[in-house]
Amino acid sequence: MPVDIDIEHVARLARLELTPEEKERLAAQLGMILEHAAKVGEVATAEVPPTAWAIPRANVLRPDEPRPSLPVEEVLANAPEVAEDRFKVPRIVEVE
Amino acid sequence: MTEPCDRTASELGELLRAGELSSVELTRSCLSRMDALEGRLNAYLTRTDELALEQAARADERIRAGGAPAVAGIPLALKDVLSTRGIRTTCGSRILETYVPPFDCTPWTRLAEAGSVLLGKTNCDEFAMGSSNENSAFGPVRNPWDLERVPGGSSGGSAAAVAAGEAVWALGTDTGGSVRQPAALCGVVGLKPTYGLISRYGLIAFASSLDTVGTFTRSVRDAALLLQAIAGHDPTDATSLAEPVPDYLAALTGDVRRLRVGVITEAFGEGVQPAVAASVRAAVDRLADLGADVGEVSLPHTDYALSAYYLIAPSEASSNLARYDGVRYGLRVPGRDSVEMMARTRGAGFGPEVKRRIMLGTYALSAGYYEAYYGQAQKVRTLIIRDYDAAFERYDVLVSPTSPTTAFRLGEKVDDPLAMYLSDVFTIPANLAGVPAISVPVGLDEQGLPIGLQLTAPVLREDLLLRVADALERELALDLRPAFVR
Repeated sequence: MPVDIDIEHVARLARLELTPEEKERLAAQLGMILEHAAKVGEVATAEVPPTAWAIPRANVLRPDEPRPSLPVEEVLANAPEVAEDRFKVPRIVEVE
Repeated sequence: MTEPCDRTASELGELLRAGELSSVELTRSCLSRMDALEGRLNAYLTRTDELALEQAARADERIRAGGAPAVAGIPLALKDVLSTRGIRTTCGSRILETYVPPFDCTPWTRLAEAGSVLLGKTNCDEFAMGSSNENSAFGPVRNPWDLERVPGGSSGGSAAAVAAGEAVWALGTDTGGSVRQPAALCGVVGLKPTYGLISRYGLIAFASSLDTVGTFTRSVRDAALLLQAIAGHDPTDATSLAEPVPDYLAALTGDVRRLRVGVITEAFGEGVQPAVAASVRAAVDRLADLGADVGEVSLPHTDYALSAYYLIAPSEASSNLARYDGVRYGLRVPGRDSVEMMARTRGAGFGPEVKRRIMLGTYALSAGYYEAYYGQAQKVRTLIIRDYDAAFERYDVLVSPTSPTTAFRLGEKVDDPLAMYLSDVFTIPANLAGVPAISVPVGLDEQGLPIGLQLTAPVLREDLLLRVADALERELALDLRPAFVR
């Protein structure tokens, strides 16, 4: 059975504005894809350990030495809005 | 008539060193091919003609002085998910349409230092998500073998460019088959090395536990040369492997006697185009003629790999793509507050496939579903690795078709994501297990479209892959070039 998804909730979590048509199409497509994907449950039994990385590396560290950072102008050149060497964003906190 | 841009890098390297051809002449040959074909192929998103000619002139000086590296003076194309300092890098997405990276990816740093020549950045599926290149925000790439068909994806531009002589070789990326599948569909050699062999620094992330950089070349020897130039440990990528890099050219002995070749039983079932199966079987017979010991082997969890992949890759993608929030780079669509600005920016900046995968991944990782989807998929990954471990106890390399079909028509699968995903059913397991695999052309179907054979080897046995692929290539001696460029 296709999986029933709360598209509004998932879109909110993903910070993704969707049109009503997109929501309808995604609900149907994701339901189908998840029905297929749920097949993993057929063989993923309790005694099989999960693998996150096929070739694991543990504790990869580098010497803690200062290095030059990226040039500020070059980094800010890509920003949609800049003020005083900073990224400028719309209001986050409500002001009384 | 063969133009310089149609030859292999190995042949061109000899001509350059012998002084019979200059890198500037060779680069001009590629650029004129681009002028002639780009209007129809759309393989490039950004051309760097001026830079290429400057780099070619410098390479010529280096070659004349003697001792230049093997890749010096050879024109290259880079998939547009690989960061290039000062050169726009879009990932095939509106959200990064004007993004100019402030740093280079490590593979390009190494190639640039070795005197490589950059022709431009190639078209691809948006954020490397797709199997047909139809998910690019800047229009699809067309297959040089048939302009009404897809080149495969996601590295479709790199594959088409190499097949059409618009580059001598190219880099792409492979998360579930995005180098091997387009290589098969365009009739070129596509190598996906062991996870971690080539640095991912500066590769714009899609699914970090699966992403690899791979090569597109016109011969297996060229794949060995290009791999040699970019493989090896990089301290700026924590998943980069520290093992020493062997001499890959030395592996090309042509000798496959007593080598154990396992044909994957599951890869010849329902859904495989008969001409593809027949061509791959015929190529295996040629390996047997050369003295290889051929047998059949089962990878019993193959059916589950696709399901696991379409949970793991979107989950990682939903996390990686959270960075496109309209703050530090890329598109911004204004909103009343930050949250609305982010949602609008992402709604306007991402295309349908990227939205689909972000939603899928967000759902699979969300509270209450994590264990049932992501957790279970990670267990299947263990089972896939065990399948390979068992198979490699009996065989040195494994064989399957690269993709179940040859190139399909533009538009044929765009409305059916599951059918599109099936195009990668034979390539995905290698990404889940981190093992290296290569696609080599082995023939044409009844419509004259290229067929690819995939070889898979154990972790860090690129030498074996290249040895078998090279022996097969010599034995078949195909001269595959699309009529379109002849």
